[in-house]
Amino acid sequence: MNGITFIEYLIVGLMVVSAILAVEWRDLLAAAVGMAAVSLFASLLFFMLQAPDVAMTEAAIGAALSAAVFIFAIKRTQRFETEEEEKPGWWVRW
Amino acid sequence: MISVYYFGAIALVLIGLYAILVKKNLLKILIGLSIMETGVNLLLISIGYVSGRSAPILSEGIGPSQAVDPIPQALVLTAIVIGVATTAMALSVAMLIYEKYGTLNIEEIRRLRG
Repeated sequence: MNGITFIEYLIVGLMVVSAILAVEWRDLLAAAVGMAAVSLFASLLFFMLQAPDVAMTEAAIGAALSAAVFIFAIKRTQRFETEEEEKPGWWVRW
Repeated sequence: MISVYYFGAIALVLIGLYAILVKKNLLKILIGLSIMETGVNLLLISIGYVSGRSAPILSEGIGPSQAVDPIPQALVLTAIVIGVATTAMALSVAMLIYEKYGTLNIEEIRRLRG
C-alpha cells in the first residue's frame, strides 16, 4: 500500500465515521458540524478523483452554506432532540 | 477489487437512509437527507474516474485522451445545487412547522395534525 492509497483509505474512513457521528449525536448543532465535516471530506475526495470544480463547489456549498442554513434553522427552533429518559407515564407516547 | 470510493459512497447512502427511516427529529431527518445526497454525488464522480488520468481541463500537454470523464462532473455540479436548494426549502418548511405546532417530533406532528 503506497502513500496515496493510504490517504484515500484514511479520508474515506474519517468521512464514514463523521457521518455516523452526525446521525447519532443528539445535539443538533453538533450534528450540523458533523454534516459539514462529511462535506469537507467528500470535497477532499472529489479533489483526489480529479474533479477540482466539483470540489470547489462542494466545499463552498456543502461545508459552508448548508451548515450555515442549518444553524439558522436550529436557532429558530430547538437545539436538542427531545429525549424521554426521565420515565414518563404511558400517556406521553400516545 | 472494489474501489474504496464505492464503499464510502454506498456507506454514506446507507447511513443517510438509516437516519431518514429511524430518527424522530425533523432536522435530523434533513441531516440524513443531506448526507445521502453527498453519497450519491461521490458515487457518480467515482464512476467517471479513470485511474492515472488528470483533470479534464485542456491545457499545455494534456489532451482529451489523458483526462477523466467530464460528463459525471457536470452532472454532479448540477446535482449539488439542486440538493442545497431542496435542503433550504425543507428547512424553511420545518421552521414553519415549529412555529405552528411548537415541536419537531414527527410523531407529535402527526398526532397534532387534526
